[in-house]
Amino acid sequence: MRFIFKISYRQDLGLFRDRFQRDWYIALLLGLLALPVLLPDYRVDFSLMLIYGLCGVSLMVLAGYTGLVSLGHAAFLGIGAYAHVYFAQDMGLPWIVSIALAALVSAAAGGLVGLPALRMTGIYLTIATLAFALIVQEVFNRWESVTGGLKGKAVERPTIFGVSLQDDTSFYFLCLALLIAGLWLTRNVLRAPTGRAWVAIRDSEIAAQSMGVNLAVYKTLAFSYSAALMGVAGALFAHQVGFLAPDIFTVLLSIQFLLMVVVGGLGSLHGAIFGAIFVALVPVGISEARDVMPEWLGRVFSVFGQDAGSAVAAAVDGFVKHPGLEPGIFGLVLVLFILFEPQGFYGRWIKIKLYFSQFPLYKRATFKRQKSYMRSERLR
Amino acid sequence: MLGTVLQLLLNGLAVGCIYGLVALGFVLIYKATELVNFAQGDLMMLGAFTCYMFTVWYGIGYWPAFALSVAIIGLFGAALDRIILRRVIGQPQFAAVMLTIGLGAMFRSFASMAWGSEIYTLPTPFSAQQSLVAGVSVSHEYLSIIAGTVILCAVLYAFFTHTKLGVAMQAASQNQLAAYYMGIPVKLVFSLIWAISAGVAAIAGVLLAPVSLIDTNLGFIGLKAFAAAVLGGFGSIPGALAGGLTIGLIELFSGAYLPEGFKDVAAYVVLLIVLVLRPQGMFGTVGRKRV
Repeated sequence: MRFIFKISYRQDLGLFRDRFQRDWYIALLLGLLALPVLLPDYRVDFSLMLIYGLCGVSLMVLAGYTGLVSLGHAAFLGIGAYAHVYFAQDMGLPWIVSIALAALVSAAAGGLVGLPALRMTGIYLTIATLAFALIVQEVFNRWESVTGGLKGKAVERPTIFGVSLQDDTSFYFLCLALLIAGLWLTRNVLRAPTGRAWVAIRDSEIAAQSMGVNLAVYKTLAFSYSAALMGVAGALFAHQVGFLAPDIFTVLLSIQFLLMVVVGGLGSLHGAIFGAIFVALVPVGISEARDVMPEWLGRVFSVFGQDAGSAVAAAVDGFVKHPGLEPGIFGLVLVLFILFEPQGFYGRWIKIKLYFSQFPLYKRATFKRQKSYMRSERLR
Repeated sequence: MLGTVLQLLLNGLAVGCIYGLVALGFVLIYKATELVNFAQGDLMMLGAFTCYMFTVWYGIGYWPAFALSVAIIGLFGAALDRIILRRVIGQPQFAAVMLTIGLGAMFRSFASMAWGSEIYTLPTPFSAQQSLVAGVSVSHEYLSIIAGTVILCAVLYAFFTHTKLGVAMQAASQNQLAAYYMGIPVKLVFSLIWAISAGVAAIAGVLLAPVSLIDTNLGFIGLKAFAAAVLGGFGSIPGALAGGLTIGLIELFSGAYLPEGFKDVAAYVVLLIVLVLRPQGMFGTVGRKRV
C-alpha cells in the first residue's frame, strides 16, 4: 500500500494522483504511439477501437455518471457522421470547422432529446431514446439531398490544414489525438461542479434537487455533452468506414455501445476504454480464430484417428464460420458480466490491483455487494 | 372507400393484438418482479420456430405443435427465471435490461444455428382462406389472431381473478413481503409468472407466423411491442393491450394514408408525443417517493 500525503493544493488539482501514476500513463501513451508500427496489419482495427473509445466516454457520461440510460446513441453517431460529411464535402468547409459544426449539430439534437427526457425516468427514457433513434434512422433513409438515402454516400479521407491523411497510420494518430482530448476534457468536466451535479443526479434526483442542483439544466447539459462527443466520434467514424449508409446506425449499434459501458464498468472512464477495446477487438479475435481453430482442433483430435480429426475440423469449421456466432458471443459475455462481475472489467482490474497491493491481507468481503430485498424503482 | 377502411381496421387490430400480447408479457413480468424483459420478442421468435419445427419437420399437425411449443417455451421461461433472472432481483433496473438484451442476442444466435437463417412460412389450417363479410374480404389468418387474443385475454382474466393461484400472483406482484408473510411461495409464483409470460409470447409468435414470415429477426417486433407497453403505461395490463392496438392501428393507417416512410415511424412519433405529454403513459400511475 502506498499512502499519499498531500502537502499542497496543487496535488489536488493535478490530473494524476502521483508521479508514478503519471509515469504509467506516459508509458501507455508511448505504447499507443508505437502500436501502428508494431502491428501494422491491425491499424484499421485500432483506429476503430479509439473511435469506440470516444463513443464509450460519451455514453459513460450519460449512463454511467448521470444515470440516464440511452438506447439511441447510434443516432447521435449518425448525426455527427452525416453532418460532418455534409459540411466538409458538400459545403467544402475546412475539416476543423466541419467537425466542430458536426459536434454542435449533434449537441443540439442531444439537447432536443434531453428536454422531454426531463420528465421521464428509467425505462420510459430508454424507450424514448430508442424511438428517437428509429425516427432519425428513417430520416437518414429519406433525406436524400443530404444523406444520399439508401444509396449511401462515399466519404473522402480527411484533409487537415492542407495535409491529406491518406494512409491508415496518420488516421490512427488523428483518432488517438481526439480521444485523448475527449478524455482530458471529460475528466476535467467530471471533477468540476457540472460533473459533481451529474453524479448527484445519478445517485438520487431528490437529494440532488434539494441540494440546489437544477435538474432541467444539468440533465439537458449531460445529453448535449454526450451527444457532442458522439458527434465527434461520428465524424471520425465516417472516415473510418469510408461509406455512409443508414443501415449502419441501427439499434444494434446502440446496444453495442451500451454493452461497451456495461462490460467495461459503469461509472468510470477507464471502463469506457476497456469496453471499447473489448468490443472493437473481439470480432478481430473471432475472425482470427475462424482461420486457425478448425485446423488446430482437428490436429488435436486426430490422435483418435484421421477420421475423427477431420470430422471435428469440419464441425468446428461450420460452427465458427456461422454468421450468428458473433452476436451470440457478445450476448453471452454480457450475461456473464452482469451476473458475476457487475462492475465490469474496471471492477475486476481494481480488485486485482488491490489483491496485489494488500497481499496477503486481501479480503473478499471488501467488495461484497449489499443485498436488498426489493428496491422499487416504481416510485421516484 | 369504406371497404378499405374496414380492411385496414381489421388488419390493424390483428397486428395490434400481436403487439398487445407481447406487451402483455412485458407487463406481467414487470408488475411481478420489476424486471424489464427485453428478450420477450426473442421468446416469441423461439415459439414460432419451435412450432414450425414440430409442424413441418416432425409433421405432428398444427394444434399439437401449437400446444407443445407453448408448453416448451413456458417451461423455458420458468427455467430462465430460476437459473438466471432471479439473481438480478434487487439490482438496478438497468442490470436486468442489459441481461435480457444479452439473452435476446443469444436466443437469436441459437435460432440461426439451430434452424438456419432461411425464411420459413408456417402452414396452418386457416392459411389462405378468406370469407366475404359485408363486402370486406376477411382473411382467416388475421381473424385467428384476433380470436386467439380475445380467448387468451379472457382465460388470463379468469385465471387472475377467480383462481387461488391467480390471486396469489396478484398479491405477490403488489407486495412481495406481505405476500410472503401470508404464506404465498413468492419464488415459485414468480417462476410461474415467467412461464405464463413466455407462454403468451410463444402464442403471439405462433399466431403471427402465418401472417408474417418466420426468421431470426422476428424478435425485433419486440421493440414495437415495447413501445406499446410504454404507451399504455408500463405496469398496466389493459394499458398494454390498448397500447398494442393503438400502435397496430396507427401503423396500418399511416402506411395507407401518409407518404411513404411514415409506416415504421408513425408509431414512435406518437409514442414520443404521448411520453412528452404524459410521461407515465396512457394508463400508468406514478407515485412520488417520500423522502
